[in-house]
Amino acid sequence: MTRLDLDAPPRTRAAAVSLRGARMAYGSRVLWDGLDLEVEPGEFVAVLGPNGAGKSTLLKVLLGLTPLSGGEVRVAGRPVRRGSSDLGFIPQQTSSDPQLTLRGRDLVAFGLDGHRLGLGVRGRRERRRLVDEALAQVGAEAYADAAVGRLSGGELQRLRVAQALVGDPTVLMCDEPLLSLDLANQRLVSHLIDERRRVAGTAVLFVTHEINPVLPMVDRVVYLVDGRFRIGTPDEVMTSAVLSELFGTDVEVLRVRDRLVVVGADHDDARGPRDHAHHVHPGHQGH
Amino acid sequence: MDVLSRLVQFDGTRLLLEQQFVQSALIASAVLGVLAGLLAPIIVARGMAFAVHGTAELAFTGGAAALLLGFSVALGAVLGSVLAGLAFGLLGLRQRERDSVIGVVLASGLGLGALMLSLYDGRSANKFGLLIGSIVSVDSTNLVVLCATALLVLGVLAVIYRPLLFASTDPEVAAARGVPVLLLGAVFAVLVGLTTALAVPVVGAVLVLAVMITPGAAAAQVTADPVRATLLSVLFAEVSLIGGIVLSLGPGLPISGYVTTIAFLIYVGCRVVGHRRRHHRPSTVPAAPADHLAGRGSLSP
Repeated sequence: MTRLDLDAPPRTRAAAVSLRGARMAYGSRVLWDGLDLEVEPGEFVAVLGPNGAGKSTLLKVLLGLTPLSGGEVRVAGRPVRRGSSDLGFIPQQTSSDPQLTLRGRDLVAFGLDGHRLGLGVRGRRERRRLVDEALAQVGAEAYADAAVGRLSGGELQRLRVAQALVGDPTVLMCDEPLLSLDLANQRLVSHLIDERRRVAGTAVLFVTHEINPVLPMVDRVVYLVDGRFRIGTPDEVMTSAVLSELFGTDVEVLRVRDRLVVVGADHDDARGPRDHAHHVHPGHQGH
Repeated sequence: MDVLSRLVQFDGTRLLLEQQFVQSALIASAVLGVLAGLLAPIIVARGMAFAVHGTAELAFTGGAAALLLGFSVALGAVLGSVLAGLAFGLLGLRQRERDSVIGVVLASGLGLGALMLSLYDGRSANKFGLLIGSIVSVDSTNLVVLCATALLVLGVLAVIYRPLLFASTDPEVAAARGVPVLLLGAVFAVLVGLTTALAVPVVGAVLVLAVMITPGAAAAQVTADPVRATLLSVLFAEVSLIGGIVLSLGPGLPISGYVTTIAFLIYVGCRVVGHRRRHHRPSTVPAAPADHLAGRGSLSP
């Protein structure tokens, strides 16, 4: 409450995300407390932790859907606000009804102005141009006019990337976007996200159970466990000593080639990506 | 053959078309067709068919209560269906819970309505009209109420259409983007309730689904474009309603059978067209994400 912005180091650009002394609690249950996090433009931050540790709650706070129990949160230097155009959001892949009257391009257009009132007749040409551009960036032109319910998981998630980025957000928030994708599509979708933050300086907050598919891109890790947390580079956080302390039990972190294997924690982070049967491209599984 | 020639005949159709009450019914149906056609694709997208059915049965209950207590049937129908629509709308999008609640409310509402009709001593045509519809039920006062309600529904729809479509077809991301998903659901349910209440005196409570669902379901078979689906849905609703009334005039039978049959045939036709189209021209181009990635290989770290 008494903290002032004067404490903050001087910057040329506002931090994409800034949490100060953030606390989240439901009654006596504390998800996290004293969380300080400054995410720079273009930074890729992975949010890890077991179920119920408050990973998705953190996203909800940033989306302005849930207020903090204490502390301060800012996005692009401004207090958070529902429906802010500073934010893009990529959800888990969920399949929808094949009969749903919605095309890929409609899904992407929602990301631009779906939350605004009115019919959207004005500015149609401009919307069309922006949507086409976003579709091209993720290589989804070929199925942009197909019903979303008839697309594969990988195709749908590419549209989700376009939907989240079409409004040119400062921060891209991803809630397990690679879940239930095969390896080739995991790589493709994570590369699209990585490309964007490199080219446009979009900060990325990536909630995930599995760090391996994004490990080469991750600048910092926020690891939440049972009210405790640790923030640092993957090399600092993903160690046997740190994770053992966080989990309060013996945890061993092994590096096998370019992936991390965590043994002993009651969670499934850092496990090899699951390979679902549909859309397997054998040529691109080469790890 | 006898039955068929009784069902389809045009003796006196022309004469009847010149009658005031037939013209009122045609105008009412045209207005109703626009409303039902606009709402149907969203009703289908939200999986609300059963809720609409429940809403219609409660419009019947409200109408029956009004008949018995001696106030306007239209007002009773509106009260019943808007209350039902609100209740169902607030149940949100969780299908299973919603379905059972609708089933419970629908059954008790229908039973109550039947009881009240049995207690009513007036003309029996009034009773029957609520269930299967009747064009003589549309008089000029009704027409004014109908047009006013239609304008209200259209006005609200014009304001909330975009976020409503977002919330109905992509609820999770809509919620994340700050769209008030629950509130829009409740508002939409009221719009559905009002439209249902208007439809009940014309096509009857039992057959409301034919104009509130079938046009949207048929359109969804042939296009994935939400705007095109809405235009088709309005067209299908108009053809069913106007066509049904004109066909029913000669034989002098209730319109509902004609309306529902036309709507059903359109639906079957659309299914056939949609099926053929998907087989001849696959809607999904088999994507090769590998190619895309290879083409931009330089961007990989």
